[in-house]
Amino acid sequence: MRSPREPLFLARQSYRRRRIEDAARLLPLLGVVLFLLPLMVGGVIGNVRLAYVFSSWFFLILFAMLLARHLGRDAEQQPTGAQSKPEVPTEAPTRTR
Amino acid sequence: MLTFNTLVGVCFLYVIMLFLVAFVADKRARRSKVRFLSSPMIYTLSLSVFCTAWTFYGAVGYAARSGLEFVTIYLGPTLVMIGWWWFLRKLVRVGRSQRVTSIADLVSSRYGKSNLLGVLVTLIAVIGTTPYIALQLQSVTLSFAVFARDRSAGWVIPDLEQTAIWVAGGLALFTILFGTRNLDVNERHHGVVTAIAVEAVVKLVALMAVGIFVVWGIGGGPQGISAAMEQAIQAAPEGAWSLQGGRWVGLTFLSAAAFLTLPRMFQVLVVENVDERQLATASWAFPLYLFLMSLFVIPIAVVGLAILPKGENPDLFVLTLPLYFEQDGLAMLAFLGGFSSATSMVIVASIALATMVSNHIIMPLWLSTRLGVDASEYRDARQILLSARRLSIVGILALGYFYYRISGGGAALAAIGLISFAGVAQVLPAMAGGLFWRGASRSGAVAGLITGFAIWAYTLFLPSFGEAGVISASVLADGPWGIAALRPQALFGVDGLDPVVHALFWSLILNCSVFVSVSLLSFPSPLERLQAAQFVNVLDQSGPARGRSFNAATSEDLLVMAQEIMGSDQAQAWFQAQAEQQGKQGYLPDTTPDFIGRLERELSGLVGTATAHAMIGQILGGTTVSVDDLLAVADETQQMLEQTSQLEAKQLELTTTARQLSEVNEKLTQLSIQKDAFLSQISHELRTPMTSIRAFSEILRDGGANDPEAAARHASIIHDESVRLTRLLDDLLDLSVLENGQVQLYPRREVMRDVLDRAIAATSSVIDQEKMHIHRNRSDEGGALYTDTDRLAQVFINLISNAAKYCDAKDKRLAIRVRQRGGRLQVDFVDNGSGVPLESQSMIFEKFSRLSDQAAAGGAGLGLAICREIMDKLDGSITYLPGQSGAAFRVTLPIGTQSPFGRRWPSDINHL
Repeated sequence: MRSPREPLFLARQSYRRRRIEDAARLLPLLGVVLFLLPLMVGGVIGNVRLAYVFSSWFFLILFAMLLARHLGRDAEQQPTGAQSKPEVPTEAPTRTR
Repeated sequence: MLTFNTLVGVCFLYVIMLFLVAFVADKRARRSKVRFLSSPMIYTLSLSVFCTAWTFYGAVGYAARSGLEFVTIYLGPTLVMIGWWWFLRKLVRVGRSQRVTSIADLVSSRYGKSNLLGVLVTLIAVIGTTPYIALQLQSVTLSFAVFARDRSAGWVIPDLEQTAIWVAGGLALFTILFGTRNLDVNERHHGVVTAIAVEAVVKLVALMAVGIFVVWGIGGGPQGISAAMEQAIQAAPEGAWSLQGGRWVGLTFLSAAAFLTLPRMFQVLVVENVDERQLATASWAFPLYLFLMSLFVIPIAVVGLAILPKGENPDLFVLTLPLYFEQDGLAMLAFLGGFSSATSMVIVASIALATMVSNHIIMPLWLSTRLGVDASEYRDARQILLSARRLSIVGILALGYFYYRISGGGAALAAIGLISFAGVAQVLPAMAGGLFWRGASRSGAVAGLITGFAIWAYTLFLPSFGEAGVISASVLADGPWGIAALRPQALFGVDGLDPVVHALFWSLILNCSVFVSVSLLSFPSPLERLQAAQFVNVLDQSGPARGRSFNAATSEDLLVMAQEIMGSDQAQAWFQAQAEQQGKQGYLPDTTPDFIGRLERELSGLVGTATAHAMIGQILGGTTVSVDDLLAVADETQQMLEQTSQLEAKQLELTTTARQLSEVNEKLTQLSIQKDAFLSQISHELRTPMTSIRAFSEILRDGGANDPEAAARHASIIHDESVRLTRLLDDLLDLSVLENGQVQLYPRREVMRDVLDRAIAATSSVIDQEKMHIHRNRSDEGGALYTDTDRLAQVFINLISNAAKYCDAKDKRLAIRVRQRGGRLQVDFVDNGSGVPLESQSMIFEKFSRLSDQAAAGGAGLGLAICREIMDKLDGSITYLPGQSGAAFRVTLPIGTQSPFGRRWPSDINHL
């Protein structure tokens, strides 16, 4: 009998790395949402909105720093790029001959 | 006291320091000590050319006029930088793998190395950047004037235009010295980049120092700033401090687009990039830089508005606030910060533009005057290239200066920043489409660029000259020829939008739609598609894809040309290295497609893709890409797939072979065991009759059998035993004759039924003894044979007697079925016994294989072996049929007259 505690999936490191890549892709979207939020409230810009824009900006930078530390380290080790999945060419040159 | 002379002196010293920094950095780079120079921090700081004097001085003015909106200029680049994994990573990778020298080069290279696109992008860049350079000259001039005006009592009022000339001249000198001193492959300028990094630090320190002074020195801390802000909002005209959604989104997008497409940004972001680590660090460090640059903008603006007298130019608050409080040192620092912002922008922009102008306009023109010449004609190429660069730099700065002079340095110039952004942003669709969409075509890019550029010029650039400019007031108000739908600032009736957002919206929307629809409709050339595949799949490729194949080309010609462009030493070293890579001695490698591709990329780092392509094309002749070349450029994935499937096929083959081997091995082992068994068997078979013969003959000899009857019985036993011996020996002989092929066959015509009849008749004694029933369908047995029917009958006899002897059923039955299948006769002998066990099925046709000894009486286990040999000779076969009701054998033999025996006769006779 196999022990039920045995890890099923061993490539945890590369799995984690792909998720970090996903996070790096999503970060600018988060940025867009954060920077669009002040528009939802009308009226004159006061101290609150000023503080909001600058603090969300700063948190984005912090996130980017955390992600870059992981991605940059691996970028050196894998110069060919660690694409999670090879992009399937939409149009192979041979097919359109 | 700060005098004008001190100001000029400090300025001069500062410039000398920059010269020194650039000089030392260049020297270190030449000694390949680039480790420090290529550090991510230097790279990040060099990106600060984005923050020009327009942002250094202008951001405060912008904030004083419209509040928080200034921040959009920094939010766009922030989003681009933190999203580096999407876009910048690919862009930088393409830039490095294709040795791209400028944004015009990138676009031209992507769309089939088209020089038309290179020229177009260059023109857009020059038109978009020239006013921007004028703006920098204006800001430096203005900042000089601030010092002059405030203390006009003691100072000589400087001639503003003369200042602008001096600044432009000095910048041209610096740029020529460090931007074109060496023709570096890749167009990297370590000296300039390091100087820019130093200036970036000066800018940041200056602005933050002023900010800290304003907040804690005179503003009364954060609370005081907050109060001043409330006051500024109260005093501001209606709506100035409210967020306008359109402008907020539009300007954020615009600054993001411009960040990617501004020639100077492309220069520092892509061309000067060395590795991905730099980008990873810059992805957070550069947004942080922007964050710090804008942190104190609002405080400076609101305090300036509150304290300084009305009518003071808000654009210069950074300078006037310290001066107002007699902080000369701080004012000096702020001045140097603004000076740095202006100079770094002008230097990088003029290098980038000069590269584009010389590579895409001057060099192609020069090349076209030398069509069809040989390599030696490139003698002066290097010199011409350098001169072209220098001339371009001077030309661009002169253009900027004249623009400044003509526009008069008024308020119109201040608005030019965003206009310039919108102009260069027209390159974005072609660039992004080229990186992510393989279907983007050259015609689409050209059409899109022209459309976008024309609409930008019509709706934004030309109206910016004011009503006295190209577009008159009446056209602005009512549209050309009174067509309201064509009003420049309300195209197709869309009014109520901010002019910049309006122009951005229409130009980019139409640019994109024309680009996409023309791309969808057009058919790209092979070279274009090759480049498209390389660009779009750049992240999947470990190396550049293979280039084209050429006809015979002498590498000597190529070396001569390369020497002229790269410089002799560098070219020779490079050629030698290439030759070594091919395993050759000397300087002349074979002109393989691979080598040509590398040389072209190497040269394109110097003269641009299109020019390098044209130069090599001139020397090599045919430059067209054939479909075969395209086919050769298989995608990496495709190659991987092929390799994997090949490996799988090989593995399958190996598995099959291994299985065959193990089968053979097993059989060999069994045969070996059988051989041993054979030896013991044969000695046993021989010994048993021998023993009884000996025993009975001894009895006879010794007169033990006086009774003649007994003697006769003994003699008959001896006879029987010797007959058995003879039969055994006959069988053995028969088998060996059959196996050696030395057998004579006597084919004749006979019907199958007769052969079977004979065989059953011959075995009738055994059949009767064992009480076996034979089932036949005689009507099926009419097939005619032409074969040695005696031998065939022998096989049948063997099978029938085997069935009789070994069938273990109580009520023995044997079915004989004859069929005709595909030109062959099949005769099946199926009994109702327990059959042959699976493990023995492969062995029963071997010699001396008897399944058990229980019914061993009689044969020596040679019967089936002989049968097999006979059937072999008769060109037929005998096999065991598994899965029947009992033991089943199938004899297959050819029908008809076309027997191979006829052909076999002569050789067989010879053997005999």
